[in-house]
Amino acid sequence: MGIGLIFAFAVIGVIVLILLWMIGIYNGLVQLRNVVKNAWAQIDVQLKRRHDLIPNLVETVKGYMQHERGTFEAVTKARNMASQARESGNVGETAAAEGELTRALGRLFAVVENYPELKANQNFLALQEELTSTENKISFARQFYNDSVMQFNNKTQMFPSNIVAGTFNFKAAEMFELKDAAEREAPQVRFS
Amino acid sequence: MWEQIRANQRKSAILVVVMALLLFAVGYAVGEAAAPGVGLFGLLIAFAVWILLSLISYYAGGSIMLAVSGARKIEKADLPRLYNVVEEMKIASGLPKMPDIYIIDDPAPNAFATGRDPYHAAVAVTSGLLNICSRDELQGVIAHEMSHVRNRDVLFMIMVGVMMGTIVLIADVFRRVLLYGGLGRQTRRSSRDSGQIQMVLILVAIVLGILAPIIAQLIYFAVSRRREYLADACGAQFTRYPEGLASALEKIAASTATLQHANRATAPMYIINPLKQEGMAASDLTSTHPPVKQRIKILRSMAGGASYLDYEKAFRQVTGKRSVIPASAANETQPVPARQASKAQEDHTQRVRETTDALWKLGNYGFIACPCGVKLKIPPAFKLPVIQCPRCQRMHAVKE
Repeated sequence: MGIGLIFAFAVIGVIVLILLWMIGIYNGLVQLRNVVKNAWAQIDVQLKRRHDLIPNLVETVKGYMQHERGTFEAVTKARNMASQARESGNVGETAAAEGELTRALGRLFAVVENYPELKANQNFLALQEELTSTENKISFARQFYNDSVMQFNNKTQMFPSNIVAGTFNFKAAEMFELKDAAEREAPQVRFS
Repeated sequence: MWEQIRANQRKSAILVVVMALLLFAVGYAVGEAAAPGVGLFGLLIAFAVWILLSLISYYAGGSIMLAVSGARKIEKADLPRLYNVVEEMKIASGLPKMPDIYIIDDPAPNAFATGRDPYHAAVAVTSGLLNICSRDELQGVIAHEMSHVRNRDVLFMIMVGVMMGTIVLIADVFRRVLLYGGLGRQTRRSSRDSGQIQMVLILVAIVLGILAPIIAQLIYFAVSRRREYLADACGAQFTRYPEGLASALEKIAASTATLQHANRATAPMYIINPLKQEGMAASDLTSTHPPVKQRIKILRSMAGGASYLDYEKAFRQVTGKRSVIPASAANETQPVPARQASKAQEDHTQRVRETTDALWKLGNYGFIACPCGVKLKIPPAFKLPVIQCPRCQRMHAVKE
């Protein structure tokens, strides 16, 4: 066997190895992208569920709270806004509308404290459990989504996988941050 | 997150190979000691026993475990709170399928997860746990169990457990054979040369027969403890609230009730070893679970963080040991802050009522809510068409 032949085999071997390595990275990227997609679908499912629960809640609460019309109308309004934002599919808008809805619901549940009969209503209690849990699920789905997005983005930006990502046009995904001013603000402490 | 599963799988593979070699060595030595040239046969028998036990536990391990512990399956309508918490943690851990949920009617608080992979998973909790745990605490416990499922701990522990069991079994059989003198006759018949070789082999077999089960068990325990720490770390990361799991562990450990259906085979599966009394442990080495006090201390030393990195830091600080989280997994996570305790107000009485009602329902009891506030429970064998409320004497029709 001539030197040239050995050399040729070596070159072919190296090329095959590089190809295999690229395929591995490519598949890893596709897998992560699917995780991100699936994670977003999870958030969407829970957002929809939250929007579906709210009319029931308002219906149940109405009979008890004649004097709090403004509070639950605000909830209905915020719910409709959030529902529209969800259907438009805009991540940023959805986040803002959801934050507003959370605040409106918070006000409603704060008022409920003044209505002991309502707090004893089985139907209301079940709805409250569902809503609380749905809110938790949204935040856990968001947490998982953001973690996945971070991993995916790291892979698309870090060397050497960024070469493969660039070649096959893997674009960085957007994080889902709830723009809730109350949550973000640092607590104000005054010394006076 | 995925990196951690991968790192786990690599380590597990190495461990399984080591255990397998140990198993084959025992099989071979025992066979060779029984009669010259039978070593390979002994090896084959060891292999066959192992395969058989593995297959059984792979396909039926989960259901056997659930049946032995007296667990009963529930649906969402039975206990919405528990179902919701499990679903929340399923989402947080990114599991592809909702696990089945079981409850065990036992006042001792405890929980376990089973299932060979995330598609065949189940979590079981005792009614005692449901009664004493707040939502945050329950979340912590379920997150711990979910991470056992996600990290494939259940499958791995079953497989290593089976291997350990096989080694112990073969060593046990060997010791019995030795006791009844079956080997003595064999050696007398063989020639002097091979007799000497065989004497050495018998010695090796005896040493292996004594040491192998001990080594196997020590490996098993070490891995089990490590996986418990890992599951705690995941529990904190999933819930973003280490204090929930910490205070749940504290409550479980403080409970004086003992779990009725736990035995030595099922004990390693629970979140806290239901058999061993804390502080009475002979040694750290022979325990499937790390000391609860230490687990709680680590979780409480996470200093406002909730990620693997924070757990890792706290672990080093508390135990002085190297690390629990595979470096490749720790590198790909970023520090995340812990969240606040959930604001939901909880009523202990309400919680106990929920749990007991669910148990009544599982026992096919009917319910009639009387307007005076009493909830009548109708036993399944109740034959009369009407029943009287014991408080307000109202009559209620019993529906079929």
